[in-house]
Amino acid sequence: MTAADAIAHGHYWLTAALLLIGLYAMLAAPNLIRKLMGMNVFMTAVIVFFITLGAKTGSSPPVLPDHHAQAQAAAYSNPLPHTLMLTAIVVGVAMTGVALALIIRIQQRFGTLDERELLRRLRE
Amino acid sequence: MTAHLPILIVVLPLAGAAAVALLGLRAGRAARGLALAILAASAACAAAALAAAVRTGPLRYFLGGWAPPWGIEYVVDPLAGGMATLVAVFALAAAVYAGPFVERLRPRDAGAFHAVYLLLTAGLLGIVVTGDLFNLYVFLEISSLAAYGLLALGGGRSVLASFRYLLLGTAAGTLYLLGVGCLYAVTGTLNMADVGARLPGQFDSPAVTMAIVLIVVGLAVKMALFPLHGWLPDVYTYAPAPVTAFVAGVMTKVSAYALLRVLFFVLGLGGAASDVLPVLGWVASAAALAGSVMALAQTDVRRILAYSSVGQMGYIVLGFAIGTPLALTGALLHVLNHAVMKACLFLSAGTVLYRTGESQLHGYEGVARHMPLTLGAFAIAAASLVGLPPTGGFFSKWYLLTAAFDAGRWPFAVVLAVSSLLSAVYMFRVIERAYLGEAPEPAPGTAPPGEAPAGMLAPTLALAAVVLLLGIFNEQVVSHVIAFALPPARGH
Repeated sequence: MTAADAIAHGHYWLTAALLLIGLYAMLAAPNLIRKLMGMNVFMTAVIVFFITLGAKTGSSPPVLPDHHAQAQAAAYSNPLPHTLMLTAIVVGVAMTGVALALIIRIQQRFGTLDERELLRRLRE
Repeated sequence: MTAHLPILIVVLPLAGAAAVALLGLRAGRAARGLALAILAASAACAAAALAAAVRTGPLRYFLGGWAPPWGIEYVVDPLAGGMATLVAVFALAAAVYAGPFVERLRPRDAGAFHAVYLLLTAGLLGIVVTGDLFNLYVFLEISSLAAYGLLALGGGRSVLASFRYLLLGTAAGTLYLLGVGCLYAVTGTLNMADVGARLPGQFDSPAVTMAIVLIVVGLAVKMALFPLHGWLPDVYTYAPAPVTAFVAGVMTKVSAYALLRVLFFVLGLGGAASDVLPVLGWVASAAALAGSVMALAQTDVRRILAYSSVGQMGYIVLGFAIGTPLALTGALLHVLNHAVMKACLFLSAGTVLYRTGESQLHGYEGVARHMPLTLGAFAIAAASLVGLPPTGGFFSKWYLLTAAFDAGRWPFAVVLAVSSLLSAVYMFRVIERAYLGEAPEPAPGTAPPGEAPAGMLAPTLALAAVVLLLGIFNEQVVSHVIAFALPPARGH
């Protein structure tokens, strides 16, 4: 693979890097909030992936200036992945909300958010 | 009316959730009544849609009038209709059973409980009827989100278990979405039928391989396929019984349905899907054995049942992996049988816990003397789990075994037999204590625990009856429903 290829595929590398960072945080971070942040990074990776899917070199935003003009689909970037990601972002927000609610309950019940400490207490 | 059935199946519980949440602020009891009425209506719609699909072919509904592949389409074919009916009927049965559990909640919380419960039902029904890959992701996450909330209702440990499930489940959903993105990049469409039509000829693309791997792994986590089952035992053990029964009964099955839909209807037999099947077969064999072995090692009855679910999920995926019509018939029949028997087992165990406060194996000593009906239901469902005739479980295992031999995959047949023997051992440990064990003397001044309230007993006994009926009428179920639900045979 040449350097130019690597740059042209930059968004794939970015997606892969974000996925791995998120996964690492979910696995390795002991604090539940950090795990949650890792999960958010993990989801962001997919959002980046979809948004870059819709982009084309030299295309303009998908807004038709004249209502009756014949649309040249090739001249515009693809808006569908972007709208899909609006939904995915909403899913992510809802997920974060539920996760934070659960974290509050865990903090109230156990008084800690450190996973090692939680597991130790559960064993007792 | 028939034309609108596919959308009604989903919209009733979805809109109902909002109505029940609002009503619950004022009147918890009325909210419960409304929720039960909505679930009953949804079940009726699903059953009507199934009947129409079997009679006249798949029902299609274009959302907002936008024809596919541009718009989202809902498709109720006999497979989707059957699953939708299963989900809706189960939702109703578990909601009826939840009565005494709800009584213990504050009235406002009772409304919220039913609203979230309806959301879970709507999400699962949506997964089943949608004909759009991205829409499936949205419903997958709606059902998961609602499930995280409900499963956390069991107090301390259940909250932590639910949080860990949330992390894993969300990662799994995200992997599925990434896989769908890869398919979209290759085909430019999200409609399942359209993707299926455009995909042949593209199977050499690495993006398609990647998509298949991501989607299979994502759905495998959601259905708790060994070795990705880590979230399941804690979640099933600590959650309230009605929620566990519903989630254990149908939620993992709906993910299995999604896998079947993607592998056989979207990707089609032949091409890349065929390379996935042998791998799935070995993973499923490991699941069937490991689940049963781990169930043997447990001392909490609910944990035995949870690990047994891991094993039984292996049977279902094994059926997918063999992939012949006979094997798929067995797998689908087992989806139905396992949903009924596992829900019945969890409801019985929940009733015992409700009456005696015991879920440990040693707490089951002689409990059948005090609660003969509950334990009778437990024993019938356990017999089905082991695969004794005339219960339903015998016939689905029979189909799977025959299919394994017919396909020349005798190692799978051995796995099925060994795993069944192991399940006989772990179920017998419970039954033996319940029936032959010596009941402890009740503490002075207290009566021994009696039979459960009617609201809990009725759904449990109804499910036990269904276990037997499924065995007796298995032939009719197979020839009148499942035979229509099999995927179209394509390019062998």
